[in-house]
Amino acid sequence: MAKNSGRRDFFRKTAALAGGAVAASAGAAPLPVPPSAQEPGRPIPEAMYGMPSKYEAHVARRRSDVLKNRQNWSDWSMTPLQHQPGIITPNGLVFERHHAGTPDIDPAKHRLAIHGLVKQPLAFAMDDLVRYPSVSRFHFHECSGNGLTDWLKPASSTVQQTHGLLSGVLWTGVPAATLLEEAGIDPRGKWVLFEGADASAHARSIPMEKVLDDALIVYAMNGERLRPENGYPVRAVIPGWEGNVSVKWLRRIKVSDQPWHLRSETARYTDPMPEGKWRQFSMVMECKSVITSPSGGQQLKGPGFYEITGLAWSGAGRIRAVDVSLDGGRNWREAMVEEPIMDKCLTRFKVGWTWDGAPAVLMSRAVDSTGYVQPAVQEIQKARAIAGFVQHHNGIQPWSVNAKGEVRNAIGQA
Amino acid sequence: MGGSMTAKSASGIPLGSTGPHAVQPLPDKPRFGQPMSEADLAAWNIDIRTPDGRGLPAGRGSVAEGRKVYEAKCVACHGADAKGGPMYGTMVGGIGSFTTNTRVLTPGSMYPYAPILFDYIRRAMPMDRPQTLSADEVYAVSAYLLNLNGLVSADAVMDAARLAQVQMPNRNGFLLDDRPDTRAQRCMTSCK
Repeated sequence: MAKNSGRRDFFRKTAALAGGAVAASAGAAPLPVPPSAQEPGRPIPEAMYGMPSKYEAHVARRRSDVLKNRQNWSDWSMTPLQHQPGIITPNGLVFERHHAGTPDIDPAKHRLAIHGLVKQPLAFAMDDLVRYPSVSRFHFHECSGNGLTDWLKPASSTVQQTHGLLSGVLWTGVPAATLLEEAGIDPRGKWVLFEGADASAHARSIPMEKVLDDALIVYAMNGERLRPENGYPVRAVIPGWEGNVSVKWLRRIKVSDQPWHLRSETARYTDPMPEGKWRQFSMVMECKSVITSPSGGQQLKGPGFYEITGLAWSGAGRIRAVDVSLDGGRNWREAMVEEPIMDKCLTRFKVGWTWDGAPAVLMSRAVDSTGYVQPAVQEIQKARAIAGFVQHHNGIQPWSVNAKGEVRNAIGQA
Repeated sequence: MGGSMTAKSASGIPLGSTGPHAVQPLPDKPRFGQPMSEADLAAWNIDIRTPDGRGLPAGRGSVAEGRKVYEAKCVACHGADAKGGPMYGTMVGGIGSFTTNTRVLTPGSMYPYAPILFDYIRRAMPMDRPQTLSADEVYAVSAYLLNLNGLVSADAVMDAARLAQVQMPNRNGFLLDDRPDTRAQRCMTSCK
């Protein structure tokens, strides 16, 4: 590439001169032939992993910077939803949440064990796991802590900060039921422990009914093997449930008759409730939506047409409808929901808007296939204690637009 | 319209939407699992069923021994007397704070069962060298943290039986998931 740069500079200067000579004519300037059309581009290397354009370098996963952790092993990074069209998150942008950093695991040495209340304990090598009949399913993946900094007043600026612990992925793997049935489930087995091979040995108890219904033992995402930070070489995916139950770097599955009540399901990932209580095993991620454009930190280019678009999803089923309000929730119109509309999956909604230049407050409200309507934070507050950094925030997100076209987080203001 | 989360598990946990899912017809059932014995999995078998302590290993440790382990391996992140350090906040106090606006979460205030201490310390601590403490060391650090929280005496010794018997203040502090807990309406015009 370097040896071509002198030649490219020559072409660029020539093009600039040619453009400059005619730029004075009325209206839009005539378009010069771009340098890219006047010299060959980059030749194809023998082998390489393709990367985004250098002009897209601002599109990056970003570490939590509203709530800053004092170390970066038990920490998280967030997906830039404001830059994501469609419903699939590229693998390099899928959010991260680890409890003790990202391990580097050799798949040739890795084993997944199944034991406990089974007829025959088994261990699986990676090259055997990939021989089973595979299934691929699109699902959203959301951290239980998504939105925890922004309940009652704005702390975050962008949708990456308010909602970026959310990604959309095509997962590929083996149904957990296939492997458990090979081991032979004891009829007393009602709960299943999933445990990681990372330095936190993160573990969760999952009811057997959910595991047999749709839990997957996953080795690939979006058409390639898992990224290290997303669980390489193998992880659990528990569709529609809070992200941390989908244990990454999975090394052990154990069957028991009762849940374990670990730190990760008592002291963490539980919801503060009135009278000093805590709600436990609240694992379904309830119906939610957010407008990704226009969203916080963006700047409208003046009055005129805008497409309001965003994402909706539900751990309890499919998205049935999404409504959008332009006046802070007083009046609503039904948005177009774009196909495909899949079970426990990100769903894209859109509504055209001609902005007249007056201040507006944009909101979205999703309805899922059970009839559940996404609540305002005030509705959630009637049932739960919103004090501190609280999990399972599926409240409506307002964005305010002022007369200058500046878009701001208006949670608690609208 | 309210709505429901559809199915629940036998233990009452909301499951969300459930199958059926398409099943591929197969000429033969593949079986690639390598048979193991529970004995071969002993080094991995570290989970504790915390309400009754099932899975707690042999061994014992005192509050005094725990203080020594803590000061050698834990204090750098968690601070003197577990009151908070450069990495993490306090692990002491907070009992009684949950009915105030500022809930202080510590092992003493939050854990419903004392064996959670053993399970978590063994699997994840110290952060730079997890799964390296001996069972005696884990019992000792558990005893020390319980003592700092005023839940066992300064001369306490913890082992499998005694750790499971410690009464934690938040033992009855948990409710099972009972969502949906909101009943939002789909109002379209003049809503507020």
